[in-house]
Amino acid sequence: MSLGDSASDVGKVRGLGSARAGGTDWLAERVSSVALLLLGAWFLASLLFLPKLDQRTLVEWLRSAAGAVPMALFVIVGFWHAVDGLKQAVDDYVHGEVGRWFVNTLILFVAVAGASLCLFALGKIAFGAAA
Amino acid sequence: MAAVRERPTSPHLTIWRWGPGMAVSIIHRISGAGLSVVGLALLTWWLMAIAGGQEAYSTLAGMTSRWYGLVVLVGLTWAFFQHLFSGIRHLVMDTGMGFELKANKAGAIATILGSIAATALLWAYWMGAFK
Repeated sequence: MSLGDSASDVGKVRGLGSARAGGTDWLAERVSSVALLLLGAWFLASLLFLPKLDQRTLVEWLRSAAGAVPMALFVIVGFWHAVDGLKQAVDDYVHGEVGRWFVNTLILFVAVAGASLCLFALGKIAFGAAA
Repeated sequence: MAAVRERPTSPHLTIWRWGPGMAVSIIHRISGAGLSVVGLALLTWWLMAIAGGQEAYSTLAGMTSRWYGLVVLVGLTWAFFQHLFSGIRHLVMDTGMGFELKANKAGAIATILGSIAATALLWAYWMGAFK
């Protein structure tokens, strides 16, 4: 029995139990939440302890591996967790298979676009010419 | 052939009796959605502005000192801490702990008090209250 198939035999007969891939989503959301616990704390601590928050200081910070790598992870895991979390709300409150699919797909597209913009910006900062 | 019944749908706000447990659960979703939409949009904008150079960055930085900018930032800080503490509570509850009525209620209230305290402390520090 896979995580996505958590219905008991009686549950299957009654058409109840796991909503297909729920178990995998559930676990993935928790794994990304633990990662964000660390990355979120890092992000906040960084903003607190950077000497200044002007553009020059931030560029210098994000040009170093110690800044750029956790930030890239924060972006990826952050958007990932957001998609998982918003999907949960959409699955609960948007009724109808088509509408649900449409909203979830739209969220996914926007999230991938946003994460890509962030990674592009990070790449430009890290690998671009020094200011 | 399975006797398919309608899948259970999630209850809306209107049918719950208000209490700390349900309030924190709903706030967890609202703060999560806020962080996903407003928080990630701002993170994307911020990284793009840093990559864009001094001028692009000062446009964004200028807004954060205005009252509406502060409302967004303080709101996001609170949402971050609320979602973080409530998320930790969920991880604890995932292990099966904290379901007794008293402990559950106390945990829910603790996340609210904790998030307000953490937000106040962080902004007091930021505003230079401890210098």
